[in-house]
Amino acid sequence: MGNNSCFHCGDDCGNHPITFQDKSFCCNGCKTVYEIFNENDLTCYYDLQNSPGAIPKEIEGKYDFLSQENIVEKLTEFRSDEVEIATLYIPHIHCSSCIWVLENLKKLNPNISDSQVNFGKKTVRVTYNPQATNLKTIVILLSSIGYEPYISLDDFKTGKQKINRTLIYKLGVACFAFGNIMFLSFPEYFEINEFWLEQYKHMFRWLMFTLSIPVVFYAAQDYFISAYKGLKAKLLNIDVPITLGVSVLFIRSTVEIVFDIGSGFFDSLSGLVFFLLLGKFFQQKTYDFLSFERDYKSYFPIAITKIEKDGSENAIQVYDIEKGDRLLIRNEELIPVDGILINGKGKIDYSFVTGESQPVTKQSGDKLFAGGKQTAGVIELEALKSIEQSYLTQLWSNDVFNKNKEDGFTNITNNISKHFTIAILTIAVIATIYWLFTDTSKAMNVFTAVLIIACPCAIALSAPFTFGNLLRIFGKLKFYVKNASVIEQLAHINTVIFDKTGTITSNKQSNAEYEGISLSDSESLVLKNSLRGSNHPLSRTLYNILDEHNIITLDRFEEHIGKGIEAKHDNINLKVGSASFVGNAEQTSNLNTTVHVSSNDVYKGKFTFYNSYRKGVAKLFNQFKKHFDLVILSGDNEGERENLKKLLPGKTKLIFNQRPDDKLEFIKFHQSEGAKVLMIGDGLNDAGALAQSNVGIAISEDVNVFSPACDAILDATKFKQLYRYVMASKSAIKIIKWSFVLSFIYNVIGLYFAVTGQLAPVVAAILMPLSSISIVVFTTICTNFIGRRLK
Amino acid sequence: MSVIYIVLTVSVIVGVAFFIVFLMAVKSGQYDDSYTPSVRMLFEDELVKEKTKQSINIESD
Repeated sequence: MGNNSCFHCGDDCGNHPITFQDKSFCCNGCKTVYEIFNENDLTCYYDLQNSPGAIPKEIEGKYDFLSQENIVEKLTEFRSDEVEIATLYIPHIHCSSCIWVLENLKKLNPNISDSQVNFGKKTVRVTYNPQATNLKTIVILLSSIGYEPYISLDDFKTGKQKINRTLIYKLGVACFAFGNIMFLSFPEYFEINEFWLEQYKHMFRWLMFTLSIPVVFYAAQDYFISAYKGLKAKLLNIDVPITLGVSVLFIRSTVEIVFDIGSGFFDSLSGLVFFLLLGKFFQQKTYDFLSFERDYKSYFPIAITKIEKDGSENAIQVYDIEKGDRLLIRNEELIPVDGILINGKGKIDYSFVTGESQPVTKQSGDKLFAGGKQTAGVIELEALKSIEQSYLTQLWSNDVFNKNKEDGFTNITNNISKHFTIAILTIAVIATIYWLFTDTSKAMNVFTAVLIIACPCAIALSAPFTFGNLLRIFGKLKFYVKNASVIEQLAHINTVIFDKTGTITSNKQSNAEYEGISLSDSESLVLKNSLRGSNHPLSRTLYNILDEHNIITLDRFEEHIGKGIEAKHDNINLKVGSASFVGNAEQTSNLNTTVHVSSNDVYKGKFTFYNSYRKGVAKLFNQFKKHFDLVILSGDNEGERENLKKLLPGKTKLIFNQRPDDKLEFIKFHQSEGAKVLMIGDGLNDAGALAQSNVGIAISEDVNVFSPACDAILDATKFKQLYRYVMASKSAIKIIKWSFVLSFIYNVIGLYFAVTGQLAPVVAAILMPLSSISIVVFTTICTNFIGRRLK
Repeated sequence: MSVIYIVLTVSVIVGVAFFIVFLMAVKSGQYDDSYTPSVRMLFEDELVKEKTKQSINIESD
């Protein structure tokens, strides 16, 4: 019986499953969802995938703000009298059943005319009739079937986002032109003086010319712009020799066909641009379901309940909160601004902010900081600041969030391009001077031929294909990197800084130790059973740690929110909870989280919780210690210092009591001393440090849940692999250097033809794709080899 | 041999036609989501169960 898993969500049903139509459910919520689907002929949902659902969350009053006209305005993308369209983000979308049921929403509510899922982005686009239904009803319907939409302050932007498809267009243009030019130029490769060819070749050539115009002036546009920008900043980036090659190819080919000298190099020209764009396209690996740009707006609610002077409640937008406003925060709601607790018992979970999972108890009159989540009952607070000026959100006014990390970083390709361009120009000039004295008629020919053949297509392709492929390999191994330049930066790291809570410790499990008078068997039996009934995170943790006991029915069970549990069985009256609740007055202040126990009003002892470190932390640090400086930068107190000292290598610096901006300054200081910093963090309090560091990696227990803005997101289960990922990035740099060597060999061969004045179009047409393709093959094989070693 | 003019014209027209179709496909957003449609097309067959249609309305207040 104990191993029953819920038909709807797949969770363990425990010992008391709810049985309905011969199926077991873990809770009433799941059963209700099943009933809804059953009544509407949607049970097909369960045929597609086993246990696809999620337990529906409680929703009372949570979506009241959706009746506000101005908020609905912001969330919908189209509004008219008959039709409204809204796109909602639903993090739970995870399997084909989800797609199926969400696209059948119209069966649950006939006023919905259409709903379309984008699985990658985890969104559903709902079209409905606003006369008969409204957004609030739809959101509540979605929540009640376990697909709760996530609506945050981030959605608060007007207008649709434009999807940038120019690269695909350019690639299409280049591919179309390349293919057709190849067809047209083929006859002239071999049959030189054939009669019919002589007749029609002019038409062929002018057609090729026409086809190459959009390639040069549209598809290759970005290279011209980038080269111009580079030259303006006195930088010889890789786009300078590319642009030079493309222009010379086009001009020389045009001159050749105008004066009937030859057939030109239109085939090589279009092929070059096509391959270059292909490299760009390949490097662009995006994870639709992840966002690397999140700031506090993704965490914060869009609206909040304000209590007016006359006592009435009103939903207002959080941007409209003013100093002195009275706000109502419900259970599970986020506090959007700094304020003072007026009414109710605060039990604030700051895990969004600090990564610390244990809620903090607050009394009326205490100061509350924005970003905390209320976890017990309703509270009232008075706003002290507006949203932008709150303690946490102020962090985002720091300049570091407006800087682009890629600026001021010369990548490996541009680094080599500097020397390459100068070398090529020198060779071209020397060869031209030589020919000026030997055979003047060939001088111009040689000059252009050098610039054409030396066009660094293969060099430009090395990095995109190496990094692009590694990006995909990392993605499969649950290490999601924002872009290729991050991998390159990762290879240059020499200092690794870790946050503590939530990064090297795990949020999921904790260890607890008991101190005090040992509990009798019957007492521990009651303890275990009373914890079983409680949903408090500490109770859940303790319940999992304690030894197995039989299930008994308690005579009395009462949970005092924010205090503890009282339970009675036979003659044992057990109290579990805070020190004051169990009646232990002489509690000294303690740095660690504790739970106290008393039996029949006699104080027994306490459970002290210790952070549990992720598996493999010590090993990971030992791997890193040989070549990297290690630092732990924690916002917590020093309670764990001794434990960490024992666990980690001796040279690790331990720094505690760091506020978010302290962390940022710490990294800035070390960077000014030449350190290349890799920061690994998790909470919003690390956001500044992640942005300031050379590479910021966010650790996430569940990548679908939000993580702060960063350069890469690492799944927590892969934490111990981190060292190998850094090493793989270093190997990628080596691969690129080898492919540079390879492309130099091709260049030398090509230059031989060019300098001796015998560069025929057919040679260029063979050499250019050959070098590009072999580079692509080489880098792909090498990166796959690295990838295999990572597994 | 002047048939080559016709052949060339046809080949260019066909090429351009396909190119325009490609541009239209990109523009319509066909390449924006490359996963969901592959799942969606498998659902059609399983939707045949027709019974008394009744829908529930979950009222908000």
